[in-house]
Amino acid sequence: MAFFLAFKEVWRNRGRFFLFSLVIALITTLVLFIAALAEGLATANREYFSKLDAELIVFQENVDLSANTSQIGRSLLPKIRNVEGVADAGAIGLSAAAVVSPVKGDKQVDVSLIGVEPDKPGAPPVVIGRELRSTLANEVVIDQKLARDLGVKPGDTIRIKTIQGIEDKFFNLRVIGVTDSREYLFRPSIFVPYRAWDQIRPQANPSIIKPELIFNIVAVQLDDPQQAAQVSDRIRAEVRNVDVSDVQTAIKAIPGYTAQQSTLNTQQVFTLLIGVLVIGGFFQIQMLQKVPQIGVLKAIGVSNLTVGAAAVLQIILVTTFGVLMGSVVTLALALGIPGNVPIIFDGTLVAIAIVSLLSIGPLGGLVTVRLAISVEPLIALGLSS
Amino acid sequence: MQTILDLPTISQVSSPPQAVLSARSVSKLYQSSSLNVTAVDNLSMDVHPGEFVALVGPSGSGKTTMLAMLAALLKPTQGEVIIDGVNLSEMKETDRVRFRREKIGFTFQSNNLVPYLTVRENVEMMLMLNGRLDQAGRERALDLLERLGLADRLNSLPNQLSGGQKQRVAIARSLVHNPSLVLADEPTASLDSERAFQVVSIFADLIHEQKKAGIMVTHDLRMCIYVDRVIQMRDGKIEQVLNTRQEIDDLMACA
Repeated sequence: MAFFLAFKEVWRNRGRFFLFSLVIALITTLVLFIAALAEGLATANREYFSKLDAELIVFQENVDLSANTSQIGRSLLPKIRNVEGVADAGAIGLSAAAVVSPVKGDKQVDVSLIGVEPDKPGAPPVVIGRELRSTLANEVVIDQKLARDLGVKPGDTIRIKTIQGIEDKFFNLRVIGVTDSREYLFRPSIFVPYRAWDQIRPQANPSIIKPELIFNIVAVQLDDPQQAAQVSDRIRAEVRNVDVSDVQTAIKAIPGYTAQQSTLNTQQVFTLLIGVLVIGGFFQIQMLQKVPQIGVLKAIGVSNLTVGAAAVLQIILVTTFGVLMGSVVTLALALGIPGNVPIIFDGTLVAIAIVSLLSIGPLGGLVTVRLAISVEPLIALGLSS
Repeated sequence: MQTILDLPTISQVSSPPQAVLSARSVSKLYQSSSLNVTAVDNLSMDVHPGEFVALVGPSGSGKTTMLAMLAALLKPTQGEVIIDGVNLSEMKETDRVRFRREKIGFTFQSNNLVPYLTVRENVEMMLMLNGRLDQAGRERALDLLERLGLADRLNSLPNQLSGGQKQRVAIARSLVHNPSLVLADEPTASLDSERAFQVVSIFADLIHEQKKAGIMVTHDLRMCIYVDRVIQMRDGKIEQVLNTRQEIDDLMACA
């Protein structure tokens, strides 16, 4: 009976309910796009760290886990590797560069230039070609997104530019492999052997002779990932002037990452709240108009349960249709969005967003249901209690 | 039919055993912090199968409050209402709701019909509510609507009907589930004279024919031409009961 009443009302007033579903569809589109944007931006910022084949990251002490600020000398590497519980450790150097050839037109492509130790934690696996072998060769493994954008493949040569001192320096690097997408700080990554990286990377004063090779962080693999906390403590105790964090903490410490995610999540929550208010308002106004009719229904013997269930079913019906429509529109729009827009529709996040959107209908309609239940059947006779 | 009684106390009630409705010394007192109002004061009445009774009186005389108590919508402050041998005063609210949908048929002054249901659906809704929407039920609904001259409006929505047609649909809905008691609250209030007479005439015919107990609240004394008995109320009490055709005609003539 409740479904009969709910469905008939929606069907016979389908124009009005369709318009309202459109509003829900727009809210759905907005929420899904914010979720996708949040994930896209987060991924573009942290992807290299997220895919690191390591459990811990070692930083210089007192740099607030800032990877680009951190400086660790090569001499610390053996000490870290010797700590009990450490399976392996790899030096990682992080800097920026620009690919100037081959590129379309005059535009250069900004990339993250990452120096890694071949066959050590931090070195990327390849999907095409081969991995880095030498520590000094002018070889490079590039991000597959960059390979696609540049149209290069293993065997090709790319030319990159960095600034050393006040001069632009250009380097030709032979592409030996392509790794999966590993963006860092919103730039696609190119991976070079760490000694080559030390020569290529931007430097304020390249003529200064350094006592040892300096890189930024160390990726640490553990014998037992469950022992991360204990091994962290041991590294801090046994290796001087370093700080250690797990990968998730390191990601949160990426400059702007947490603030950006908080902003986008807040937007998403507020959009959902707006949805609750809009749905609540719409059904509340509609229910107020139906009070005399509900009074008659109750007078002829329709129970509170049926009236309340009809209201809830109607809200669910309209919300579900709106969310479905919004999801389809989002999918269609996503297909047309240029590849350089950082939008990623993660299955789990989309599912959470859709469940949240489906929940806001009944949540917004709670007041309406309460009103429906509180209507006195005496209203049908022009009396009230 | 000489069965309608106007007896102020239970000791004076002498209703025949077959009465569908018996009200015994029913009173309704509305209480607030500053004012107590007795809407119905010690009123008793019986209505039998096939009997159509008009409850008349000026505004504020208590006739709608009385109807609400007879309809199990309002509990009396004192006294008891018995329908089909069941004392409504002793029922829980959920039982009263079920009792209303099974035993009572309603026609209201306005907002009678569900606006998004067709004529047929509005009538069949009562059967669905009672779990009796089977082939026999559908045929009964169709038969009633045909009797009421609505055979060609079965799929019309209420906003496509005239006021008279809407009230006829409401009459069909009030009878389709075969209730014991049929109640009408000012069913002609929004109709012109011609349609008002037509609607009450059909209503009376069906009540007589299907042996239902019918009560109509109205302030339009002209409608009493179709009823078997008139109970006139004033200030919550029965002013007079008109049992004969001559008495009813005299009342209408005075009006």
